[in-house]
Amino acid sequence: MSTNHKGLQVWIQGVGLLGPGLATWAASQAVLRGEQLHASTATVLPPPARLPAAERRRAGSAVKLAMAVADEAVAAAQVDAGTLATVFTSSSGECSNCHSLCEALATPAPVVSPTRFTNSVHNASSGAWHIAVGSRASSTSLCAFNGSFGAGLIEAAASVCLDGQPILLVASDSPYPEPLNSARPLPDHFGAALLLSPARTAQSIASLTVHLAGDGPQAAPMADASLDALRRVIPAAAALPLLVALAQGRAQQGLVLDYLPGTSLRLDLEPVGAS
Amino acid sequence: MNPVAISAYTVTSALGLGLEATLAALREMRSGLAPVKFLDLPLPTWVGEVAGVDAAHLPAPLANFDCRNNRLAWLGLQQDGFLEAVAAARARWGADRVGVFLGTSTSGLLQTELAYRRREADGSLPADFLYGPTQNTYSVAAFAAQALDLQGPSWVVSTACSSSAKVFGTAARLMQLGLIDAAVVGGVDSLCLTTLYGFNSLELLSDEICRPWDGARKGLSIGEAAAFALLERESTHPQGWLLGVGESNDGYHMSTPHPEGAGAIAAMRAALASAGLQPGDIDYINLHGTATPSNDAAEDNAVRQVFGTATPASSTKGATGHTLGAAGGVEAAISLLALQHGLMPAGLNVQDRDPALQLDYLLSNREGPVKRVLSNSFGFGGSNASLVFGSAA
Repeated sequence: MSTNHKGLQVWIQGVGLLGPGLATWAASQAVLRGEQLHASTATVLPPPARLPAAERRRAGSAVKLAMAVADEAVAAAQVDAGTLATVFTSSSGECSNCHSLCEALATPAPVVSPTRFTNSVHNASSGAWHIAVGSRASSTSLCAFNGSFGAGLIEAAASVCLDGQPILLVASDSPYPEPLNSARPLPDHFGAALLLSPARTAQSIASLTVHLAGDGPQAAPMADASLDALRRVIPAAAALPLLVALAQGRAQQGLVLDYLPGTSLRLDLEPVGAS
Repeated sequence: MNPVAISAYTVTSALGLGLEATLAALREMRSGLAPVKFLDLPLPTWVGEVAGVDAAHLPAPLANFDCRNNRLAWLGLQQDGFLEAVAAARARWGADRVGVFLGTSTSGLLQTELAYRRREADGSLPADFLYGPTQNTYSVAAFAAQALDLQGPSWVVSTACSSSAKVFGTAARLMQLGLIDAAVVGGVDSLCLTTLYGFNSLELLSDEICRPWDGARKGLSIGEAAAFALLERESTHPQGWLLGVGESNDGYHMSTPHPEGAGAIAAMRAALASAGLQPGDIDYINLHGTATPSNDAAEDNAVRQVFGTATPASSTKGATGHTLGAAGGVEAAISLLALQHGLMPAGLNVQDRDPALQLDYLLSNREGPVKRVLSNSFGFGGSNASLVFGSAA
């Protein structure tokens, strides 16, 4: 594939992370820097503090996961979430509602829960977030199966470059209950959020340039085998090589992230000072 | 934004296969809606079912993608010379320079719903169930990219009923940034149990044919459709132009629009600004117009605040049904037909206009020059998108 575009250049202002053995971006630094081996303990989803009590009880795992990482990234970037545009990307959406609806619909006289139906849409996390923060800025919810993180990063970076406004990118995947889990096994929840902005600010962590690259190499295996296993089995965890590079604070040219079969992303990363 | 050439487009809905059938139905003010026959469901509702979906066969190398949604996509791709137009674009720009961005809300979910009815004694799904190529939200874009032999960037936008309007924005952005030279956009959504029973549980499903802008409107009729457009950096024979895209969120409620249409107003104003146009430049508005009491009232209010009440407007969902994730694509195609044929289609099924709604809602077809059309698409989660299309002339 030709790469006759200049690349999409943005600044990373804040990061959110939640996955097995990765409780927050802040708490994961030692593991991501390779100072400590990754230990895969089950992801604990915090209650979504931003939602009113009634909505908090209704929120499914996908909403809790997306909100947790979105909140961490926004707090780090010190931006007003109430004016922020967003891109949410997920391979799977709200899996528990999908399963419950399919179970109900398989009975002879189906009765489905209106709340489950409403929250079964792929953009449920985006809707919940925009209601919680009161943002009327645009929001796009995407899916590209195993390439969902790459798709979200292109869409978010492209919008930042064209609109000149910051964007919150939230990538998250939650496992299905059985029997769908056997058809689509995801071992645990994983979410990553990046606050991307068009210009450098006091909060900027790094400059990131995204290129589309076809017929190129696939992402290299990561040094930590346990992290690498996550990268290979949870679509949102395709972000891990980027997160490791950010945590390590090293300049990198041509860091490869997997996207679609035959197409990958090539990233150039320039950290701001020592982190 | 820079205008984007639309070099080909096609739509398949309950009005028929392809543009000619669609135009004929619009001219005759004929609805494709009928009392539900799909799966003999015992629901008191009308639907817009596409004839011949079950009989459509995918090409053998694409057999893994087999499900109702991808069959509908394949049926749609074969109309109006669309396959040939994409092949020409692929030859011109290169397969890796043509993106595929489609909108859907339920993708091949019906396949999973039916598989749950065939679970084994131990609860497992039948062995012939394939998650990735059928149920996953991306499956329709993966299928289309493979069927069209395209290797550019690709994904599905799934923002409920604004999905296939928003993909026009995605494609335009990537073209403007030089990542691609062309894109196949549009949407496919097919009938399934989740949406029919789900909207029924929300009491948003009408037990009669849907009647947008009617004082006694009771809710929506669900349809299914496949709509596609080919956007190109340059075109020798454009069918029309994408002039502007506006996107917003309500930030208000998961399934109810902001009562004053605040998000919708923002989307329409953003679309006009993106096109560099004033409200008076728009000749016809294709409304979202789902026929639920709250949606139509909020949209009437929102459109009035941006355009006043003089611009002719209508909802075409009384003809096609609400095709959910495909609605934006279907209404983009109808907007392009309006531009090409000078036809502003009537909103069907109105018996007594709601006196509280004030737009110039078309109760019969109006003919005359149409240079620019605005099309609205609003969805669950508060997602809004407005598109502005211009005529080729």
